[in-house]
Amino acid sequence: MAPLLEIKDLHASVGNTPILKGINLTINPGEIHAIMGPNGSGKSTMSYALAGREGYEVTGGDILMNGKSFLEMEADERARAGMFLAFQYPVELPGVGGMSFLRAAVNARRIDAGQNEIDQLEFVKLVRAKAKNLNIEDEMLKRAVNVGFSGGEKKRYEILQMALLEPTLSVLDETDSGLDVDALKVVSEGVNLLRDPKRSMLVITHYQRLLNHIVPDYVHILADGKIRRSGGKELALEVEESGYAGINDAA
Amino acid sequence: MAATQQTIDTLEEATGKYKYGFVTDIESDKAPKGLNEDIIRFISAKKEEPEWMLDWRLKAFEMWQKMESPDWAKLDIPPIDYQDIHYYAAPKTVEGPASLDEVDPELLKTYAKLGIPLDEQKVLAGVVAVDAVFDSVSVATTFRSELAKVGVIFCPISEAIRDYPDLVKKYLGSVVPIGDNYFSALNSAVFTDGSFVFIPKGVRCPMELSTYFRINEANTGQFERTLIIAEDASYVSYLEGCTAPQRDENQLHAAVVELVAFDDAEIKYSTVQNWFPGDENGVGGIYNFVTKRGACRGDRSKISWTQVETGSAITWKYPSCILQGKDSVGEFYSVALTNNCQQADTGTKMIHIGEGSRSTIISKGISAGRSQNCYRGLVRVQPGAENARNFTQCDSLLVGDKCGAHTVPYIVSRNPSAKIEHEATTSRISEDQMFYCQQRGISIEDSVSLIVNGFCKEVMKELPMEFAVEAQKLIGISLEGSVG
Repeated sequence: MAPLLEIKDLHASVGNTPILKGINLTINPGEIHAIMGPNGSGKSTMSYALAGREGYEVTGGDILMNGKSFLEMEADERARAGMFLAFQYPVELPGVGGMSFLRAAVNARRIDAGQNEIDQLEFVKLVRAKAKNLNIEDEMLKRAVNVGFSGGEKKRYEILQMALLEPTLSVLDETDSGLDVDALKVVSEGVNLLRDPKRSMLVITHYQRLLNHIVPDYVHILADGKIRRSGGKELALEVEESGYAGINDAA
Repeated sequence: MAATQQTIDTLEEATGKYKYGFVTDIESDKAPKGLNEDIIRFISAKKEEPEWMLDWRLKAFEMWQKMESPDWAKLDIPPIDYQDIHYYAAPKTVEGPASLDEVDPELLKTYAKLGIPLDEQKVLAGVVAVDAVFDSVSVATTFRSELAKVGVIFCPISEAIRDYPDLVKKYLGSVVPIGDNYFSALNSAVFTDGSFVFIPKGVRCPMELSTYFRINEANTGQFERTLIIAEDASYVSYLEGCTAPQRDENQLHAAVVELVAFDDAEIKYSTVQNWFPGDENGVGGIYNFVTKRGACRGDRSKISWTQVETGSAITWKYPSCILQGKDSVGEFYSVALTNNCQQADTGTKMIHIGEGSRSTIISKGISAGRSQNCYRGLVRVQPGAENARNFTQCDSLLVGDKCGAHTVPYIVSRNPSAKIEHEATTSRISEDQMFYCQQRGISIEDSVSLIVNGFCKEVMKELPMEFAVEAQKLIGISLEGSVG
């Protein structure tokens, strides 16, 4: 089976500071990989470098999605190619209605694929169906994007977008941060509904608890810009018990 | 919906930055260039005006000659040669068409391109009555007979001068006096057409009234004059749209709009201004020097201005309210967008005279390219305006780092019971917001358009539905090429 995502010896800098120092990772369709690591290990930089955020400069190596390099593609092109990033801190867009924003995102993909814009009624039905699974009320969708949302609402709204856009690769950046146990459960269930043999996920987290809900196939430990250890889901438990100390040496 | 769809189609099929830049090939009847008494007599004769109207014009011309062009705005206005302009241009075949069948088909095609529902067949399903002004004359006013049934008069002002002289005499110049300013004096001398609206007592105008202005001829100025009178307890919503062909030379547009609202009457006046803004190097474009003012003469009367200004090389415009009536209400909602080399100095004046009068000002300025965008507004509370109330919010959004945003509020309160609030913010589109939108697959240009439209939402929601869709598209188009 051809891999969905291949990260080859990826080096990336922010400003002039090198953060990623040679990451290698291959994700096949249907797999869920978790990236764990201490603060400052490069987890968020990795997600931004994958998504093509300005200011996160790739200085070496390559990122291939379905065999095609991402490096020359703009952030919006990568997104339309099937990559989705669930933000750790979703951004407020004052005045931009939740529904219009979702529709703009859905239509951008359809236009790219040579399809017509989605029918208004059909779209409302679609959103409502997906929103129900995530306990999202209509009222919340009428508000401006992320404005005045609670931490839990923001994360649920991220997963709603993921459900609507049906990405082949989803990167979840610290989706558990700021969530209480109940909210974590709702969000994880939302994510699990999207598991599919054709879709892959990269779950970035600081803590093991998220991985009790979204159970990964592989766990990688990132430290100082490199993957130091890789293993099955039991590796997360090991980290939970003994912490990240000593991981560098074990590489 | 017909107009909206047509507009969208037009936008999609048109090429180039300015989508209305085409010229219609119609033979036109023009006055020679220049401005003098003979030209004014010529215009008056062409319009078959009564003597009093000619006298009024000549008086205005006399005043104008003694006045000087205002220079207090934050605008760099190149000298204008007033002798190098045609003051009258009419499409030739038009001698007051009785029905659309008599209108030049070329002209109808132009309006179809502009997305105006001039074609009555298509409009029948809708709710808009249209007066269309092409260069200097009104070519067609739709739905007149239907409006007449409820007593509403909606016609070209040149007809109103002939058919309703008493009304015109009574109100013309009563809100914006001839000598109010340089451009109002000029307009009073040479105005060629525009719309006249009269809503009788107790009537709620059954449809939106709309005028589309188009400057087609080269070297032509457009000087339209609009007069709207709302009698006691009446209501009208009036929409105004503007376009012009793309030309290298600058063209002058100096309109005057006067509104009068009596007891419990409400006038809602919406504008989408999309005159040609000049090219990216600042060549060509319309000089838009407009005086708009409404008088809330009656108790509890209300006048609401909503404007979306994206066009013109230079905009000098301050739609204002004189709040004379007790508990009268004035509102000003504005989006002013400038890109490339455009300059805008726009805002409002709220003059509180009546007891308990209230006003709201929401201004959203967006500057991109190398443009300069200035909000200039006056809130004045006169001694008799007991418990007057004003709230002003001025927000500026900068796109790029070569543009400027300026806010110049003037606040004068001569009554200690008045409450006046002013809030102002200046912001940029953040990189966070752009990345968030792009990560959802939305292109850079669409992301900017989405964020800017969000910024303008408080104003956009004041626009009638059909106009709002058009205005949103317009904002996206006007910002093309400003980012990335």
